[in-house]
Amino acid sequence: MIPELGHFALILALVIALVQAVLPLVGAHRNRAALMAVARPAAQGQFLFVAFAFGCLTWAFVQNDFSVQYVAMHSNTATPLYYRITGVWGSHEGSLLLWALTLSMWTVAVTIFSRNLPEVFMARVLGVLGWVSVGFLSFTLVTSNPFERLLPGVAEGRDLNPLLQDPGMIIHPPLLYMGYVGFSVAFAFAIAALLSGRMDAAWARWSRPWTTVAWVFLTAGIAVGSGWAYYELGWGGWWFWDPVENASFMPWLLGTALVHSLAVTEKRGAFRSWTVLLAIGAFSLSLLGTFLVRSGVLTSVHAFATDPRRGLFILALLVLVIGVSLVLYAWRAPTLSGGGSFKLVSRDTVLLGNNVLLSVVSASVLLGTLYPLFLDALNLGKISVGPPYFQSVFVPLMTPVVILMMIGPFVRWKGDDMRRIMRTVAPGIGASAVIGLAVAFLVGHVTWRTVLGLALAAWVVIGSVQLLWRRLAERPGAAAAARLRGIPRAWWGMWLAHLGIGVFIIGVTMVGSLDSTINVKMHQGQTAQIAGYTLTLRDVVEAPGPNYAAARATLEVTRGSTPVATLHPEKRFYHAQQMPMTEASLDIGPFRDVYVSLGEQLEDGAWIVSAYHKPFISWIWLGCILMAIGGVFAASDSRYRRLAERSAPAGAVRQTS
Amino acid sequence: MKPRSKRLALIAGAVGLLVGAVALVLTAFQQNLVFFHTPTEVLEGKAPSGRTFRIGGMVEQGSIRRAADGITVHFAITDTAKVIPVTYQGTLPDLFKEGKGAVVQGKLGPDGQFTASEVLAKHDENYMPPEAQYSLDQARKTGETMSQ
Repeated sequence: MIPELGHFALILALVIALVQAVLPLVGAHRNRAALMAVARPAAQGQFLFVAFAFGCLTWAFVQNDFSVQYVAMHSNTATPLYYRITGVWGSHEGSLLLWALTLSMWTVAVTIFSRNLPEVFMARVLGVLGWVSVGFLSFTLVTSNPFERLLPGVAEGRDLNPLLQDPGMIIHPPLLYMGYVGFSVAFAFAIAALLSGRMDAAWARWSRPWTTVAWVFLTAGIAVGSGWAYYELGWGGWWFWDPVENASFMPWLLGTALVHSLAVTEKRGAFRSWTVLLAIGAFSLSLLGTFLVRSGVLTSVHAFATDPRRGLFILALLVLVIGVSLVLYAWRAPTLSGGGSFKLVSRDTVLLGNNVLLSVVSASVLLGTLYPLFLDALNLGKISVGPPYFQSVFVPLMTPVVILMMIGPFVRWKGDDMRRIMRTVAPGIGASAVIGLAVAFLVGHVTWRTVLGLALAAWVVIGSVQLLWRRLAERPGAAAAARLRGIPRAWWGMWLAHLGIGVFIIGVTMVGSLDSTINVKMHQGQTAQIAGYTLTLRDVVEAPGPNYAAARATLEVTRGSTPVATLHPEKRFYHAQQMPMTEASLDIGPFRDVYVSLGEQLEDGAWIVSAYHKPFISWIWLGCILMAIGGVFAASDSRYRRLAERSAPAGAVRQTS
Repeated sequence: MKPRSKRLALIAGAVGLLVGAVALVLTAFQQNLVFFHTPTEVLEGKAPSGRTFRIGGMVEQGSIRRAADGITVHFAITDTAKVIPVTYQGTLPDLFKEGKGAVVQGKLGPDGQFTASEVLAKHDENYMPPEAQYSLDQARKTGETMSQ
């Protein structure tokens, strides 16, 4: 009964979404206040019904209702309760429902936090979001109904994929979806502005905090996913350039460009067309990401072709979104020209350069991700594009991005003097090159990649310190604390996020240059050496869990004669899926991780043990955390709050169409 | 600078940047493509020598042998028609088993021995790596054509 209620709730949500998509847009077009006023209650009603449907599916998981096919496929009576709940978004159907729920949450958030937007503009934004919702809800209902019954029901479910039975996987998909779907708000703002034919600094200011918050979620989501891969896949890699990862990284790259382009549009009124295109692009790539990960096209384009309903539906959705937006853009583009003019040497130019570079990187990732699929779909051969391609493209293209990123804040808007800038940044850049080379010598790994990475990181740190110093020097006379307080949050956000990039680069460079791995055969009591640490295998015992059997090893890690840690890697065997799993064990430190995973047992009773020494790997995630915190600071800047408190008419958008 | 020449410089700079970036991307792409071949194709000499490529199929029953060090593993990949011997050093994926699908990436030696740098197996018990499945299908099709 409960699953049917969920199904009905979802159908009702679709009907409400249609109302939300049609009436407010018509109202905005004809300037009918009554029709526009439908938008808010419709958005809130839609949220209630989607949330109810989501609750019903969760209930089916909690109650082990194996007469629901999706539950039977992804849960089991022995699965712990928290993994039964997170199993809701463990696969295709449920994650689409999560997508829809996230979208309606964002929509409701817009109705609450952007209360003071002009009524016409708000109606358009909610109307566009309504259309996106119609697309996804009908996709879910037509092709991927999570409430599908399995009749007759089965006594026991197949359990969730053991790889997903992990705390990281509890929060990774929701965070990622908050990011993906968040870009739909930026998209809706851009489309609403195109419809109204007026995009100005005010539009950029309304749109900016939303875009930044979406970017924060996406950053955090990618970081959690990467952390999960690091400790759960059992061999210590943190990024594989896997199509699934690329799917989330492409919107991040374009989203980063969008965040910066919006800044220029808000401050200077320039780059308006470019900003709109980026908003459309970032959302399209989010849709593409959902398509790649959830359609099964990556598993096999041919298996996908035999059951093409899902893929075709979402592909049609993608084409529709891109097509309609671009037609609208082409129609309205003439009204977008102009804006603030700027000289060749100016912060505007630096930001434009970085925007172009980020877009090129995004396109190159897209090429490497989609090209093998195209070839395969056309039966032109099977190829794969591995990490070497992405690395050889990524490093040279991102190097100027990082250098410019730190130069940009020193350059004035509109126009500046080249010599003045050089005087400011040249000493720092020179010092960074020396530091990069010196540190590479110190750690004994002089390759161009290591030197480059360390020099870039040094430049980010030096540039950040210099920037803060200059900012504080702007108000001589005031007390240091007062000067610090005087700096707006948006500035701190920029500073922290850029510093985060530096910390991230340190982590990537050190781990890429200095990590070491051993694979050894160990009997109980035997020892192995890695990077100055001694590992001793004490014992291996049976340690069964709720839904798996496991062999649990005890390894002592010592350095010289001082004990460092005791690690317990496991080899698990999940009953329901008959699937073995490696559960690694880590000693996490600020400057290095010691990572041990258990391989298989050999005939003579010995175990294969893999151990990894990963210097500075935590800095990768520390860098991501700093970026995310920076985003939070930027989005919570007081000028957005002042904007929210100000009454609407001042910034009202007039009807022009 | 005059506005006109400023705009020209901006456009020239942007175009130069794009051309350079595209050239870089395409060269890197060309150099790092990894092709896939079935064991039958490899034995027909269709696989590139001295270049990394992938083979997919089933791990042949009874073919896994471990060297005395416990780390080096010998096994064979088959598409049921032809067999390629493989050597690999390192940790095998959890789901690597005899009679199950696997894909290996590496280089073919002059002695016909394939040295793998990477072994990819399935993510779960029901999922066959698409490339491994493709190898089996190809071999079956060829077999059917020959028996007709």
